[in-house]
Amino acid sequence: MPAVSKGDGMRGLAVFISDIRNCKSKEAEIKRINKELANIRSKFKGDKALDGYSKKKYVCKLLFIFLLGHDIDFGHMEAVNLLSSNRYTEKQIGYLFISVLVNSNSELIRLINNAIKNDLASRNPTFMGLALHCIANVGSREMAEAFAGEIPKILVAGDTMDSVKQSAALCLLRLYRTSPDLVPMGDWTSRVVHLLNDQHLGVVTAATSLITTLAQKNPEEFKTSVSLAVSRLSRIVTSASTDLQDYTYYFVPAPWLSVKLLRLLQCYPPPDPAVRGRLTECLETILNKAQEPPKSKKVQHSNAKNAVLFEAISLIIHHDSEPNLLVRACNQLGQFLQHRETNLRYLALESMCTLASSEFSHEAVKTHIETVINALKTERDVSVRQRAVDLLYAMCDRSNAQQIVAEMLSYLETADYSIREEIVLKVAILAEKYAVDYTWYVDTILNLIRIAGDYVSEEVWYRVIQIVINRDDVQGYAAKTVFEALQAPACHENLVKVGGYILGEFGNLIAGDPRSSPLIQFNLLHSKFHLCSVPTRALLLSTYIKFVNLFPEVKTTIQDVLRSDSQLKNADVELQQRAVEYLRLSTVASTDILATVLEEMPPFPERESSILAKLKKKKGPSTVTDLEEAKRERSADVNGGPEPAPASAVSTPSPSADLLGLGAAPPAPAGPPPSSGGLLVDVFSDSPSAVAPLAPGSEDNFARFVCKNNGVLFENQLLQIGLKSEFRQNLGRMFIFYGNKTSTQFLNFTPTLICSDDLQTNLSLQTKPVDPTVDGGAQVQQVVNIECVSDFTEAPVLNIQFRYGGTFQNVSVKLPITLNKFFQPTEMASQDFFQRWKQLSSPQQEVQNIFKAKHPMDTEITKAKIIGFGSALLEDVDPNPANFVGAGIIHTKTTQIGCLLRLEPNLQAQMYRLTLRTSKETVSQRLCELLSEQF
Amino acid sequence: MQFMLLFSRQGKLRLQKWYVPLSDKEKKKITRELVQTVLARKPKMCSFLEWRDLKIVYKRYASLYFCCAIEDQDNELITLEIIHRYVELLDKYFGSVCELDIIFNFEKAYFILDEFLLGGEVQETSKKNVLKAIEQADLLQENSPSIVLNYCR
Repeated sequence: MPAVSKGDGMRGLAVFISDIRNCKSKEAEIKRINKELANIRSKFKGDKALDGYSKKKYVCKLLFIFLLGHDIDFGHMEAVNLLSSNRYTEKQIGYLFISVLVNSNSELIRLINNAIKNDLASRNPTFMGLALHCIANVGSREMAEAFAGEIPKILVAGDTMDSVKQSAALCLLRLYRTSPDLVPMGDWTSRVVHLLNDQHLGVVTAATSLITTLAQKNPEEFKTSVSLAVSRLSRIVTSASTDLQDYTYYFVPAPWLSVKLLRLLQCYPPPDPAVRGRLTECLETILNKAQEPPKSKKVQHSNAKNAVLFEAISLIIHHDSEPNLLVRACNQLGQFLQHRETNLRYLALESMCTLASSEFSHEAVKTHIETVINALKTERDVSVRQRAVDLLYAMCDRSNAQQIVAEMLSYLETADYSIREEIVLKVAILAEKYAVDYTWYVDTILNLIRIAGDYVSEEVWYRVIQIVINRDDVQGYAAKTVFEALQAPACHENLVKVGGYILGEFGNLIAGDPRSSPLIQFNLLHSKFHLCSVPTRALLLSTYIKFVNLFPEVKTTIQDVLRSDSQLKNADVELQQRAVEYLRLSTVASTDILATVLEEMPPFPERESSILAKLKKKKGPSTVTDLEEAKRERSADVNGGPEPAPASAVSTPSPSADLLGLGAAPPAPAGPPPSSGGLLVDVFSDSPSAVAPLAPGSEDNFARFVCKNNGVLFENQLLQIGLKSEFRQNLGRMFIFYGNKTSTQFLNFTPTLICSDDLQTNLSLQTKPVDPTVDGGAQVQQVVNIECVSDFTEAPVLNIQFRYGGTFQNVSVKLPITLNKFFQPTEMASQDFFQRWKQLSSPQQEVQNIFKAKHPMDTEITKAKIIGFGSALLEDVDPNPANFVGAGIIHTKTTQIGCLLRLEPNLQAQMYRLTLRTSKETVSQRLCELLSEQF
Repeated sequence: MQFMLLFSRQGKLRLQKWYVPLSDKEKKKITRELVQTVLARKPKMCSFLEWRDLKIVYKRYASLYFCCAIEDQDNELITLEIIHRYVELLDKYFGSVCELDIIFNFEKAYFILDEFLLGGEVQETSKKNVLKAIEQADLLQENSPSIVLNYCR
C-alpha cells in the first residue's frame, strides 16, 4: 500500500529516514547520523545562503535525529529564522523544532518571542494558531512573562476566530499551570466564564478546561460558572444523539465536554436549590442511560458513555449529600463489578473505594463483599486484584473484619510479590483496628509472619509487642501462642524476635505448665539463636537476662551460655558487650536489684500506629483515609467507644521507639496503661481542609467563662453556641448547644474537638457525634465528658464546619475548660492558712503578678469572682481586711494539688497584686494567669 | 494529561509529547521504564495501571502502543477515547495509517496532535474541524510535487 506524503514532501528527509531504517546495527546508525550532522553543519556554515526549503529540510532532519534520542547542539538559529518566513510550511517546521528542542539561551528566547509577537499580531488565524501552539508547548516562564497579559485579550476579543479562541484558552491554561503568579485575574475572567455559553462546542470544551483549572485556585472568581455549567450539561444530556453533529461520538453526545463540565462542578459544593434540582436531573438522566440498551456494540460507544457515567459518580461522591444518588451509583458500580470488560471492573473497584468512605453508601458497598473477594481470587490482572485489596480495606468495619482479614491472609499466600508488603500492612492495621478479641489479633499477626515473614516490616512486629505489653488480658495468650509457634522446625526470624521479646516479658505466665517450663522455653529460644542475625541475637540475649530475673532456676544455665566464648568473645561488639554486662549483672546484683532493673516493660504511650504512618507514606494520605476517619472529621466522635482500639488513638505520627533499647525504657505515662485512649484526634494535621483560625472575640469570651460555667460562648448571624457545664473533683460534663439562627438547614454539621498532643495526655474528652443536619431554628445538644488526668495549660479548640445554603462555614472557638474548673474549695482557719502558706515558700511554688485593674474595683464582685474561680473564700484570715485569700485543691486523676491564693488590691493605684502558692510550679503559673485576667 | 508516548512492539519510540516541564534525562528514564512496563503486560489485561503517582492509560493498535499519563483525578475511559480519536484522525489523514506513515511523516503526526490536544487538554473533538485545519495548512503550502514513496513494504 503506497502512502501518500501530503503537501510538500521533503525527498531528502524521506531518503535519510529510509537510510536510518536500513541500518543493520546501532553503530551503522550512529555513523549515518554523524555523516548527516556533518553535512548539515557544513550547509549551515557554508557561504552560500540556503533557501527556505533547504533550511526547512535540514531543520527537520535535525529534529528527526533528536527524536531518535541523540543530542542536538546546533540548528536553533536556523529554526528561529524559519519562524519569520512567510511560507506557512517553513514557519510550521520552525515552530515544531522550537517546541521540541527548547533552549533557554536568552538571546534566542528574545528572537523567538519576537517572532511569536509578530504572528500574534498578524491577524492571520493560521499564524496566530501556530504561535499559540508554540507557547502552549513550551510554556516557559519567559514566555509567560512575555504573553500572559496578551493572551486573555485575544481570548475574549469579539472578533477572534473560534479556533484561535480554543488555542488561546489552552495556551493560557498551560501558562497558568507553570507560572500562576504571572497570570493575574482581571476583567477578562467574567467574560471567560461566559464562554460556557458559546455556540461553538469546541470553544466551550477548551474554555471549560481553563475555567476548571482557574476555579480550583480562585473559586470565588469563577463561582458563576456553576449554573452555566449545569445548564450546558443539561442541554447535552437531554439532546438527541444526532443534535450535536460532529460532537457526537459513537452516539454519545459530546462526551469530552460532559466529562469536563462534571469535573468543573467538582470544584464546588452542591449548588443552590434551584440549580441543584436541575443538576440532580442531569445526574439521574446519566444513571438512567446506563441502564438503557447500548446504541452500538462498539467499545468506543460504551467507553464514552461510561466515561461520563464515572465522572457523574465522582461528582455524586464529591457532593456526598444525596443518599438516593449515592446508593444508585453504588448499585451501578455493583453491576460493573461483574462486567466482562476488565477495564470496567477495574474502574468500578476503584470508584467503590471512595463510595465506601461515605456514610450514606458504606452499607451498600458492603453488600458486594462476596463479589470483591471473588475478584481477589479470580482476576487475572494484578492491577485489578490490587484494586480489590484496596476496596476490601476500604469497606472493612467491625462487622466484617474477621472475614476480610481471613481472605486477605489467604490471598497473601499466592499474592504477587509487588503488593505483598502493602497487604501485610493493611492486614496488620485492620486486625488491630477491629480487634474485639485480642487473641484474634495476636493470631493474625503471627499468621502474617508465618505466611509472609519477609514482608513483615519492623513496624508490624514492633506494634504487636506494644499492644501485648499494653493489654494485660492478652499477655498469657500471647506467650502461649508464640511458644507454640516457635515449635515449628523452621520459623521466620521475625517470629523469633516477637517470641523472644514476649517470652522475656511474659514467659512466667506459662511457666506453670510443665510442657513450657522455664528451661524448655529457654532451650527452645536458644535452639534458634545460631541461625539468627546479629540484631535478633542481641534481642535474645536481653531475653535471657530477663529470664534470669523471672526464673532463678535457669540462672546457672544462662550464665553458662553467656560465659561461653562464642558470646564473651564474639566478634560483634554489641553482642560481646551485652554478654559481658549481662553476665556481670547476673552475678553481682541482688535479687531486688535484678527485679528492679529487669522489671516488666512499662506500657507504651499511645500514638498513631506506626504501621498506618508507613502505609500513608507508601500510598499517600488520601488513599488511607477511610470511613472511620471520615466519620471522625464529620463529628466530634473522639474514639469514645467502650472498646477503643489503640490504633484509633491518633496523634502526631512519631517514629517507633526502639523496643530493643533495654537501657532507655520508653517514657510511660503516669498511671495505669492508657487503654482508655488518648483522646481528641488531630485529624487535621495533614488534611488540607484546615481548621478555621479562632473566631474574633474568642479570647474574651473564653476569659468570661473562667469564673462561670454557663452562658453563650459564641454567636454570629448564623449560629449560636451555648454552654452549660458542671465539674466535680477531676471529672466534668459540658453540654454544648448549637442553635441554628436561620430558617435554612445546616448540612454536614460537624463539630470537632481539637487538642494538641500535650493537652491530650493531660485532659481527656469524650463525646458522641451530633446529627449532621440542623434544621432552621433548631438547637442540637452535644455532651462532652471531661476528665482531668494531670494539670494542663492550653485549652481545647472547638471547630465547627457545616454547609449553609451552599457555602462552607468554618468556625473555631476556644472551649473554656480550664484548670481551675477542677478546684474543690477548702475552708481553713487563719492559723492553718499561714502555716501552709509558709510551707509553700520555695521560689518554684510561688507565682506573683502585679497588674492594673481592668474593671471597677468592687469588693463584692471580686468575692464572687474568687468563689466562681473555684477556691474557698476565707474570711478573717488576712490581717488586712481589704485583702482576699482563698484555698482549694485541684483534683486531677493522678494527683491532688493544694492551692492557696492571696489578692491584694491597691485602690489608689488601681492595681492588684495576686500571689499563688501551690505545690506544683506549673499549677501556680496557670492559675495565676487565669485569675489575673478577671479583675 | 502529562504526556503521551507512541512506541512500537519492539520498544522504539515513535512519538513523544510532554505537557509538563521535564529534563531530557528524566524524559528518557520515564520512557524506558514505561515502555518496559507496558510491553510486559499481557493482551487481556486492563488498559490502566498505577505508575508512580500517575495513572497510565494505554492501548495497542496493530504494532503501535499509544500510552498516556494522566493525573489522579482524570478520567481513564475518556483518555482511552482520546487515544482512539487521535488514531481516527491519523487514519483519516493518511488513509489507513500504518506505523511507517508516522515514521516518515512524524511532523504531520505532531501537527495533527497539536490541533487535537493542546497543553494536555482536548482542544477540538470534532474530527471534521481538526482535519479541516490540517488540510487548510496543506493548501497553504506551495505547489511542490507530492511524491509517492514506496516504503510500505
